[in-house]
Amino acid sequence: MNAEVLFGLAGAVLAGLGLYGLVADPAPLRKLLAFNLLGGGVFLVFGVVARRGAAAGLGGDPVPQALVITGLVVAFAATALAVALLRLLFERTGQTLLDSAAPERTSPDQADE
Amino acid sequence: MTIGLLLDFFLVILALAAGWWTIGAKDSFGAAVAFVAYGLVLALIWVRIAAPDVALTEAAIGSGLTGGMLIAASTRLESARQATRAGSVTRRLAIALSALVAAAPALAVLGLPDPPPSLATAAMAALPSTGLGNPVTGVLLAYRAVDTLLEKVVLILALLGTWSLAPDRLWGGLPGRKERRNAASPLTLLGQVLPPIGIVIGLHILWVGADEPGGAFQGGTILAAMGMLAVMAGLVDVPATSRRWLRLLVVAGPGLFLIVGLAGFVIAGGFLAYPAGFAKPLILVVEVVLTLSVAAILLLLLAGPPEREPPR
Amino acid sequence: MTAPALADMPTAGGFLLVLAIMLPIAGVLLQFMLGGRQAERIALLVMPAGLAVAVAVTAALVRSGRPLVYHLGSLAPPLGLSLRADGFSALMLMTTALIVGAIGLFARADFATPTGPVEARQPFVFWTLLLALWSALAVVFLGQDLFTLYVGLELLTFGAVPLVSLDGRAETLTAALRYLLFALFGSAFFLAGTVLFYGEYGTLDIALLAARTHPDTTSAIAVAMMTAGLLAKTALFPFHLWLPPAHAGAPAPASALLSSLVVKGPFFLVVRLWFGAMPGLTDLPAAQLLGALGAGAVLFGGVLALRQPRLKPLIAYSTVAQLGYLFLMFPLAGGEGLPASVRMAVWTGGAVQAVSHAFAKAAMFAGAGLIGQALGHDRIGGLRGVGRALPVTTFALALAGLSLMGLPPSGGFLAKWLLVRASIVTAQWWWAALVLAGGLLAGGYIFRIIAPALSAPEQPLPAIPAPARRREAVVLALALVSVLLGVVPFGLTTLLAVGSPAIAHIVPR
Repeated sequence: MNAEVLFGLAGAVLAGLGLYGLVADPAPLRKLLAFNLLGGGVFLVFGVVARRGAAAGLGGDPVPQALVITGLVVAFAATALAVALLRLLFERTGQTLLDSAAPERTSPDQADE
Repeated sequence: MTIGLLLDFFLVILALAAGWWTIGAKDSFGAAVAFVAYGLVLALIWVRIAAPDVALTEAAIGSGLTGGMLIAASTRLESARQATRAGSVTRRLAIALSALVAAAPALAVLGLPDPPPSLATAAMAALPSTGLGNPVTGVLLAYRAVDTLLEKVVLILALLGTWSLAPDRLWGGLPGRKERRNAASPLTLLGQVLPPIGIVIGLHILWVGADEPGGAFQGGTILAAMGMLAVMAGLVDVPATSRRWLRLLVVAGPGLFLIVGLAGFVIAGGFLAYPAGFAKPLILVVEVVLTLSVAAILLLLLAGPPEREPPR
Repeated sequence: MTAPALADMPTAGGFLLVLAIMLPIAGVLLQFMLGGRQAERIALLVMPAGLAVAVAVTAALVRSGRPLVYHLGSLAPPLGLSLRADGFSALMLMTTALIVGAIGLFARADFATPTGPVEARQPFVFWTLLLALWSALAVVFLGQDLFTLYVGLELLTFGAVPLVSLDGRAETLTAALRYLLFALFGSAFFLAGTVLFYGEYGTLDIALLAARTHPDTTSAIAVAMMTAGLLAKTALFPFHLWLPPAHAGAPAPASALLSSLVVKGPFFLVVRLWFGAMPGLTDLPAAQLLGALGAGAVLFGGVLALRQPRLKPLIAYSTVAQLGYLFLMFPLAGGEGLPASVRMAVWTGGAVQAVSHAFAKAAMFAGAGLIGQALGHDRIGGLRGVGRALPVTTFALALAGLSLMGLPPSGGFLAKWLLVRASIVTAQWWWAALVLAGGLLAGGYIFRIIAPALSAPEQPLPAIPAPARRREAVVLALALVSVLLGVVPFGLTTLLAVGSPAIAHIVPR
């Protein structure tokens, strides 16, 4: 076994762990954490592919490395939007679960809409 | 087994443990803390696989900003802590599904061809035409420039989506609550001392990005983090989201990138092509403005939707 | 080696593809910066310009009979990125330009910018995201690199999610959050497949992949993961859970965009993947699985649409059902030694279904918006007499319904007839039976709307303010296009044959 195989398998297991949380945990915040875990695993596979492609005096293929940088920024943006949605949902309903049909809390903020 | 491989094993075990903790922690605060640890271990792994640019980004954005935001969210939502265990059928199904999904890429990784295909040689061969020394920056700002441009627009849309959650009457207002300044607080001291240092480091990371690990994202993230620290210490306030200069700052980076790209039609024979000999200065100017825009957007994303009345 | 071993060469007029993407992007940046009243003005200015670009792309394709290709940064793949428009891309670009324009005109009343210096939230967000969605779709239809397509999908998600929760009710927040989580799951899976492709073939360019891919374990896993991610984003059964609350909860013009255009983006990429990046996949049993999921969507969506008490959820479930037909393309276009004419008929059938459903569904959601505003509710039980109060809208809903049911002479009929004929030619009669069953279900749920609307009200309706003529005209025009697609095929077959992988798979280029 070499380092690339080791990290590749680790990426796969981390992706599986993340998917478990995404599917099994009913709380959206935990789903969001799980999504980021899943993303980390997938990005690690990018890293392994980059490392395998080391050539021309470089330690790794710069193309997949650059893709990860773009991907990390997009994942952050997604997390930010989801957190904002979740916080507002909590303020409005006192709930943080997706499945419960909680009655809407009447909030003076929103009465004017 | 070499020392290096031993270290790699150790890092993998740490990453798996932190991942396990993120999923299994009792409360979401613990899970968020575990996630930050996970991100830091990943950053170390990125160093081990010779990807320092990614390691910087992972530490700054993946672990730092994302983790910080999730920790903050978990404390805000803490009062809503409910029994959040799924039913046993769901859990069993989820275990089967995730085992399958973990097995699939594992199998695929083992089946990757040898010798592996790589664009490293091509990327290095094209690098002199850009005048850059860091091939990752070459990929981001020259070879795959359109991805980078579009991804900036993704960030702006995320910001617009976040703002859109404000009530109508607060549209254009100030994000978050005003932090009170407390001269005795250690945060205030940090807020006074760190930002100047951080700004220098952030600009340095941007500057060396042309030739060494670093660049617009990483530099922008550090600037945003310093800004957030100053905001939390109550030293400065986030400006109202209706401010014209703020909107200009947000779109300046992608806007300039687009203008340079369109100018390429005329001066370099194609969209997002750079004229020979002028590639490096153009890329550097674009990167500086992108860094400022990225810093502004990240800071505003952290600050959230407007919560205070807009100035009239 | 044959020609496909190389990346596609750039063609004259390729810069039009750059404009198709960058024109709405420039609009978004200007809208965000100038804000206020300018957001609406810029959107209205970009609409005719974007339509002109789409027309120019289509004309160039028809004239040359070849796809348009552009290499960004003058750098060829695999290191550089290329854009490419074949007939299907051009048709989707035209559809997008027309529907965005129509919905923009329709939405001026809902999202009128108030006079005065202060910017209003809903109009600003709507007009900016309208152009954002347009640029995202253009990236999805023209991108030739799997990672660029990923960024395009993210643009689409970030443009669509805030539209769902635009009016801020708690239930729409839940719907938006669920939509976002499904979309993120889809993104992660799409990326996982992307990296596996890169690891095996050293490129993400679809034309290069088409020449290099071979069916082995790694490729199969890559395609399976990407397809699963895309299905979650397009809401194919059983990933449809997020769609009905999201599409029914959004404001009517936003629902029209989401249901007619946004869900077509990920579907288009499934086609790109299965016919483009890995030609030959449709010969495999996995294509039958996609068809089976499509069948599940047609039946499940149809039955649930029959049971909805309100108009907008009914229309949303109809989208779940109609998306199912699109996935019949995969089992029907497969099979060893299938004549090119049959494959081309299936290709055309799928494309016409995508386009006619887009126009029909835009008309239905916009019409439902007018009815909802006139009545103050959208309960199906309370629709009696609407036909008299809003005759034009009711007529438009009936026309759009024709297309959804697949009755002649509509575009929906042409699409479903092509699919049925292919299923008989390829001796897969069960898909024909499914199309007929789906048509019956659609007939049932359309009848549930039209029958009460045309009947006399039990008691005289309160005075209903008539909607503006222009808004009703837009709804009618959208519905008419969905019908006319079946009468005047507009040279669709010629256009769709340009660069179609359905033919290239058999006839070596």
